[in-house]
Amino acid sequence: MSLHDRYDVIVVGAGHAGCEAGLAAAKMGKRTAVLTLSLDNVALLPCNPSIGGSGKAALVREVDALGGEMGKNCDATLMQGRMLNTRKGPAVQSLRVQLDRKLYQRRMKYVLETTPNLFLKEGLVTRLLVENGHAAGVKLQDGTTLYSDVVILATGTYLDSEIHIGEVRYSGAPQGQRPSIDLARNLRDLLPIVRFKTGTPPRVNLRSLDYSKLSKLEGESPLEGFSFETGSIEIEQVPCWVTYTTEETHKIIRDNLHRAAMYSGAITGPGPRYCPSIESKIVQFPDKTSHQVFIEPEGWQTNEGYLSGLSTSMPTELQVEILRTVPGLENAEIMRWAYAIEYDCLDPFSLYSSLMTKEIAGLFCAGQINGTSGYEEAAAQGIIAGINAVKYLNGEDPVIIPRSQAYIGVMIDDLVTKGTNEPYRIMTSRAEHRLYLRMDNADARLTPLGYELGLISEERYAAFQKKQEQIELEVKRLKETPVGGDTETNIILRRLGTAELRHGVTLAELLRRPEISYAHLGELGELPELPENVRKSVEILVKYEGYLKKQEAAIERFEKMEAKLLPENVDYAGIKGLSREAAERLNMVKPRSLGQAARISGVTPADVNVLIIFLETQKRGGSVDE
Amino acid sequence: MTEQTIAAIATAVGEAGIGIVRLSGKEAFDIAEKMFVTKRGDSPKSLPGYSARYGRVVDPYQGRTIDEAILLVMRGPYSYTGEDVVEFQCHGGVVVVQKILETALRLGARMAEPGEFTKRAFLNGRLDLSQAEAVIDVVRSRTEESLAVAVDQLEGSLSKRISAIREQLYDLVVRVEAIIDYPEDDIPELEVDEMAEVIRTVIGELERLIATADQGKVLREGLKAVITGKPNVGKSSLLNRLLDEQRALVTDIPGTTRDTIEEVLNLRGIPLRLIDTAGIRESDDVVERLGVERAVQLWGEADLIIHVMDGSVPLSSEDREILARTRDKLRVVVINKSDLPRVWSLDDLDARDLGEAPVVEMSLLEGELTPLVDAVVGLVSKGGIRESTASQAIVTRARHKTALEEAKADLENALETLSMGLPLDLISVGLQGALEHLGEITGETVRENIIDRIFAQFCIGK
Repeated sequence: MSLHDRYDVIVVGAGHAGCEAGLAAAKMGKRTAVLTLSLDNVALLPCNPSIGGSGKAALVREVDALGGEMGKNCDATLMQGRMLNTRKGPAVQSLRVQLDRKLYQRRMKYVLETTPNLFLKEGLVTRLLVENGHAAGVKLQDGTTLYSDVVILATGTYLDSEIHIGEVRYSGAPQGQRPSIDLARNLRDLLPIVRFKTGTPPRVNLRSLDYSKLSKLEGESPLEGFSFETGSIEIEQVPCWVTYTTEETHKIIRDNLHRAAMYSGAITGPGPRYCPSIESKIVQFPDKTSHQVFIEPEGWQTNEGYLSGLSTSMPTELQVEILRTVPGLENAEIMRWAYAIEYDCLDPFSLYSSLMTKEIAGLFCAGQINGTSGYEEAAAQGIIAGINAVKYLNGEDPVIIPRSQAYIGVMIDDLVTKGTNEPYRIMTSRAEHRLYLRMDNADARLTPLGYELGLISEERYAAFQKKQEQIELEVKRLKETPVGGDTETNIILRRLGTAELRHGVTLAELLRRPEISYAHLGELGELPELPENVRKSVEILVKYEGYLKKQEAAIERFEKMEAKLLPENVDYAGIKGLSREAAERLNMVKPRSLGQAARISGVTPADVNVLIIFLETQKRGGSVDE
Repeated sequence: MTEQTIAAIATAVGEAGIGIVRLSGKEAFDIAEKMFVTKRGDSPKSLPGYSARYGRVVDPYQGRTIDEAILLVMRGPYSYTGEDVVEFQCHGGVVVVQKILETALRLGARMAEPGEFTKRAFLNGRLDLSQAEAVIDVVRSRTEESLAVAVDQLEGSLSKRISAIREQLYDLVVRVEAIIDYPEDDIPELEVDEMAEVIRTVIGELERLIATADQGKVLREGLKAVITGKPNVGKSSLLNRLLDEQRALVTDIPGTTRDTIEEVLNLRGIPLRLIDTAGIRESDDVVERLGVERAVQLWGEADLIIHVMDGSVPLSSEDREILARTRDKLRVVVINKSDLPRVWSLDDLDARDLGEAPVVEMSLLEGELTPLVDAVVGLVSKGGIRESTASQAIVTRARHKTALEEAKADLENALETLSMGLPLDLISVGLQGALEHLGEITGETVRENIIDRIFAQFCIGK
């Protein structure tokens, strides 16, 4: 075996999960191979040319806070960006950007190519090598074998994937690529596999649209990017466009439902409810007379456009007919057909919270193979899989981020504790402590961890500490600076549209008024020179202090249960007093903590009580097993 | 000893000679200090472990004596649970014991979970390892029993009302969450007034529920029952028969606000407070003596109406009117004098007025009372009170009440947040909190329900 065949970590796949996994492992000092089906398709965005949105934006920030690449890559290659939900509260504001697909891929590829310890290679993996229950490497189609103690599978939707376009179906992968069939067969022998489905809309030539019938959606500039390292982005942006389906559209679809792969019985796997095909929307919501269609440009140097909202599994001739009925798209030239895709993925119950499989030591999985959907979800799992692969090699405890600290934690815990019966997408409603899991404090939540892991540079950490210090000082200043009680102040307050002050208060108290913003305080006295993100955090921390304090208390209670760790190798069937259903579920999930155990469906409060007593007997060195 | 102080009634309710209320936890002595006055005048807090004092249990909020009692003090770790423990041993009786428990809860104790004293004893090392299995049995069986009661109540009218309230709240929360999580989908915005209206409605309903479905009240004060019917149908015989039947007369409570005497009797564990209008005994004619207005008022206040009719004489307009006017109440209809020939049948009654009221045909003069008692107990059980687990039911109920009150507090916070003009994500904290508290009663997982409902209600996604 030559040095060329031996790596510390092998990552299979160079999508969003694979890239982050490879980068994290390499930056943490491991010799890491990242294998891709095609070097021309690294970090491909096969669906929307867009990243972010509710919940997802927070994930991108979290990946960035840990030292990942996705945020930086977005900031460098975006064509448009908007902050969504600005008026719905501090916790749910979310950035969404349109990307130049090719630029995004090219930059990410370059980052991988220039990262020390990382070896990006083209190759189709056909077989996973397993020795005595441990991952040992991979075999490639070209005949080579690569060896390693850790393999990270980040295979996306390529496992034995099948494309459906109406009645036509063929073995294939997104964007005309090859599926990975041998590996899929191999994995079916090793791990529990399920089959999921997703789909995309047609891509059209933007020159063929009638813009007089479309409404324009502009971006925002300047824009605060995803990455802590980016700062403000001021570029010329491109607009997106909006139109709506019509009754006529719906009639065509209703009349031809039997021809959609989704409804003809050709597709059996469940699809994501949040990403329905146009035919599903029409079937499930018959009262809606029109559905929104977003037209998203795919790049600066291409005329291809993505018809977001028109995902379908209808045959090609009907796709043409459907577009004819949508205002502005009547003469649209379709460049790529819409399709539905079915693929193999793991039942996420087969994973630990570390993302290592329970069956095979040293085998980690990240991204769509774990039953998720979305670039952001994939990247977030990728970085965790990369980190934990290294922890595993070093013989250290895995990094498990609790639900109360990050959406990453919410997502992984949901997957491994509750499983999923559709491609899983993050949503802010999934988090118990949403007020704390904000975009603006992702760095405060995770950058110390990223630094400790060696994924955050000294310079960045110093900048982070400086930011935290500035926030702290400014909050303190606002709480200690008196204001008001005089006529002069009251004249200004009246002008700002807020009640006058009869006696003095602090600036912080004034800022708690809903109609007063941090910037308004500048009219009452000079504000210190502070970066925009510091001002924003200060405003949130002061304005919502009462709510945040309550949330902190709730988090403390929550984390107490998470801190009660359950032993790793327990046969729950042997614990007297547990219901059989609970014991089965516990054996399947193998929860890390009492908190996680309590979240498993089928585990009742009575079972939790039994576990508490079991833990106590363990502590005292006794046993209640038989 | 970082756990909260817990309290529970340690004796079976209503049956035992003495009643014991037990507290365990670091605040047990502080609470005792506030609600017990020793005869000797020494402070409960300063008592050494394993000592007892005679004195009075008082309600510090109203400054009234609840009962004379013995206070027993055990200091941790030398107590059953290993924590500081106090016990109030009083004369028993539903009213007193429940009142003592409630006072302790108001002073900061939390209602103990089933088997929690035993669990704490084990976790604090007061029971050795060989007893672990026994502890598991206790905790397991009690928790399950309490869940069984919860499930039973689920099927009752109380839970139906809670479900209806939850639906309204879900509708609101689901819209809020859909708007937050799908900003680019065209989901209709929520108006402040619209939200406030829903929240206020739900708060109102919770308040009514807390007031009327507060089943602790039923056990504490007895179910208010009124015997009604036209003259000479046998109302006084029924009252006397019921008084003979009861196993233990709990107490006589002289009516403080009105000219009636209330007889509290225990019907298979269900305390029944019979509003004994003097009329029943003397003139045997409520309606005549008190007037229709007062009779209607009395029916309105009643938790249960026993309507007695005479099967041996023709139906009168009075019978029909009483039946019609008490349609909405929990009722048992007794058709008396089955020893005499029947002159009318059930079909002669307006089926809508009769509704689902159980009908018992009997002779109050010579027949067995069992079918009537069965009917009353059956009716009350269906309404959410189980006779056989009366003691368990108190626990569950007290917890339900707490959950309802917490839900209400959360909604009040949400309303305040809303009125301050603060954004949706802050408002949603209170809304979701309220749903979760209501979910505690039914054991539902709120978060996944919300997500399922978002997809069911809104056409979302691109």
